[in-house]
Amino acid sequence: MPAFPPFPEAARQAVGDGVLRANLRHATHTIRDKRARAVAELADWDRLRAAGKAVKDHTLRHLDHYLVQLEEAVTAAGGTVHWAVDADEANRIVTALVLATGEREVVKVKSMATQEIGLNEALAAAGIAAYETDLAELIVQLGHDRPSHILVPAIHRNRAEIRDIFRTEMGRWGRPAPEGLGDDPRELAEAARLHLREKFLRAKVAVSGANFMVAETGTLVVFESEGNGRMCLTLPETLISVVGIEKVVPTFRDLEVFLQTLPRSSTAERMNPYTTLWTGTTEGDGPAAFHLVLLDNGRTDTLADATGRQALRCIRCSACLNVCPVYERAGGHAYGSVHPGPIGAILSPQLRGTASAIDASLPYASTLCGACYEVCPVAIDIPEVLVHLRERIAQGGPVTRNGVRVRIRPARGHTAERAAMRAARLLLDHPGALSTATRLLARARRLRPRRLPGPGRAWTDTRELPELPAESFRAWWTRERGTPR
Amino acid sequence: MRAALFVTCVNDALYPRTGVAVVRLLERLGVTVDFPAAQSCCGQPQYNTGHRYETEPLLRRTARAFAGHAHVVTPSGSCAAMLREHYPRIGRKAAEEGRGGELADLAAELAPRVYELTEFLVDVLGVTDVGAYFPHTVTYHPSCHGLRALGLGERPRRLLAAVRGLDLVELPGAEECCGFGGTFALKNPDVSAAMGTDKADRAAATGAEVLCGADNSCLAHLDGLLRRTGSPLRTLHLAEILAATEDEGPPR
Ligand code: SF4
Repeated sequence: MPAFPPFPEAARQAVGDGVLRANLRHATHTIRDKRARAVAELADWDRLRAAGKAVKDHTLRHLDHYLVQLEEAVTAAGGTVHWAVDADEANRIVTALVLATGEREVVKVKSMATQEIGLNEALAAAGIAAYETDLAELIVQLGHDRPSHILVPAIHRNRAEIRDIFRTEMGRWGRPAPEGLGDDPRELAEAARLHLREKFLRAKVAVSGANFMVAETGTLVVFESEGNGRMCLTLPETLISVVGIEKVVPTFRDLEVFLQTLPRSSTAERMNPYTTLWTGTTEGDGPAAFHLVLLDNGRTDTLADATGRQALRCIRCSACLNVCPVYERAGGHAYGSVHPGPIGAILSPQLRGTASAIDASLPYASTLCGACYEVCPVAIDIPEVLVHLRERIAQGGPVTRNGVRVRIRPARGHTAERAAMRAARLLLDHPGALSTATRLLARARRLRPRRLPGPGRAWTDTRELPELPAESFRAWWTRERGTPR
Repeated sequence: MRAALFVTCVNDALYPRTGVAVVRLLERLGVTVDFPAAQSCCGQPQYNTGHRYETEPLLRRTARAFAGHAHVVTPSGSCAAMLREHYPRIGRKAAEEGRGGELADLAAELAPRVYELTEFLVDVLGVTDVGAYFPHTVTYHPSCHGLRALGLGERPRRLLAAVRGLDLVELPGAEECCGFGGTFALKNPDVSAAMGTDKADRAAATGAEVLCGADNSCLAHLDGLLRRTGSPLRTLHLAEILAATEDEGPPR
């Protein structure tokens, strides 16, 4: 994992990039308005939201049970289940499975889990080429770029940029872009279609994730818009699915709720164009070999935390990104994680821990405005978890790491802040001292500087300070009404 | 009717005019206002930055200061949310951590008696026309905690719409955060200023003379940006508009 700069630093660059801000603004505002309309069509949205939350909470509470049930069902249906405790183990398993087929290339269905573990890089190191087939992922891959959004990984790119990437890069990976490619969306999509078709027809191995796994039947489910996933899930001979353990739901019927909430929350559609379900293997139909790699990678540790575990309810719809005013300005890359935006700010520091500078900065990458909580289809109280994680960073506290309960110390760099908070509290807890302080402040009002030193500079660099009043409210009350009771 | 004013530390030190306006307004409506001297900061800056332990003494202080007052009124949606939403959480966590149930009891006892100003006016006093006069064009920014944590809804706008002489113009993108966010303004100054600038620009484009809000912290941030760019748009707390009358004008 490369070292990413802390959020405020990375965000500063993004805020200064006018093209990026315009791209993000346009894309997020369009989708958020459409989502609001799609959600408003359903009279029982609140109940669907509560139902989704309940299904996920129940499953998470009995995760051990449902995972064992899932393993049995997948095995009975002709699949093979592998358990991966972390990214390295998952990558080793997938690499070995691909090498065993004798193949040196795989086609990929868009998947957050394989990004989380850095599978493409691990496969490349073993001499295996992994081709992304989702249009936006293809743009990211061809552009030697990182995804910046859960659903629309290339949201930070505009049409002209995409055309340039296709023109220069497609030829190096396979079928080149057509002569004289323009930036019309239909032309771009057609170029991608031709480029990808060659890969689908050639590939013997596919790697996917899944949106859901059904414990009772061993069925995996992918929701998608383009149909590229379905090609990968049906044409190759071997299918390897890498899925986070939190994606399981108990029964087939539970999908009913998410079939309604996921597409509306993510693409603002009533129904996504393609929903593909696969259960083990079937003679003469689809892949002859099916492997499911169940990925933990920090999930059981997250589950051990009573407040933080609600992040595991996430169905990766990306609605929270699209409404987040911080994401809109900072862009997805500033989060230094495959999970950007509000959900990334609470998920990454739990899955990866808070030791790095980027992970310690993520819970502060929010104003706690609550817009993310309001749209979340599984009612994750993101602001609550943000504050909870800030506590862990600022004052330390208990966490579970690799199954062991430990107490972590406050993150580095928070010592000065802790001292300031303590000093402020001591002052605030002594109203006598407080009123003396405000009196002194009022007397010094003519000395008010235009720029403050230290952390206050962050305010005065862009904003004026408030005018200081001649007397505090307390002083006014005492003058007018006598000593307060 | 009696009500105890929780003025908030920001208003006490920086915006006493807002506190004075609340007192004038409530008294004009026949409410006897108490100002418990033992009150201080609610602890929100500490809590939201992750220093929960530092908020506990302030929770204790606030709850004790307002014990026995049937209505605790505050001109800040954000501080109201702290008392009502977060105090019970802080109390529960202290109990879970084996430090007794005292904070939880204090929080549970206080929370249901806390009202943000517009809630108190509309829900408790049952008024929307408070007899104010303010002959200016005004646009209203609903601060996030009032909007989402408390669900103030249309209350502030209904109060403003009933003010004589006031021309209320809609603020595009009103429900989007202004970017203040307490210590967020210091920890992520660039994003904070970018959000605030967008908000301030949209407010200025409405052509209003006054940008009104019900949280002086958000207004301080927006006002700071507006003044830095020399914009003629001024910010004003809702209470000051509601307190203004034909005879007196806005309080000072
Ligand atoms: S946190 Fe909620 S809104 Fe955000 S991606 Fe996950 S499910 Fe969607």
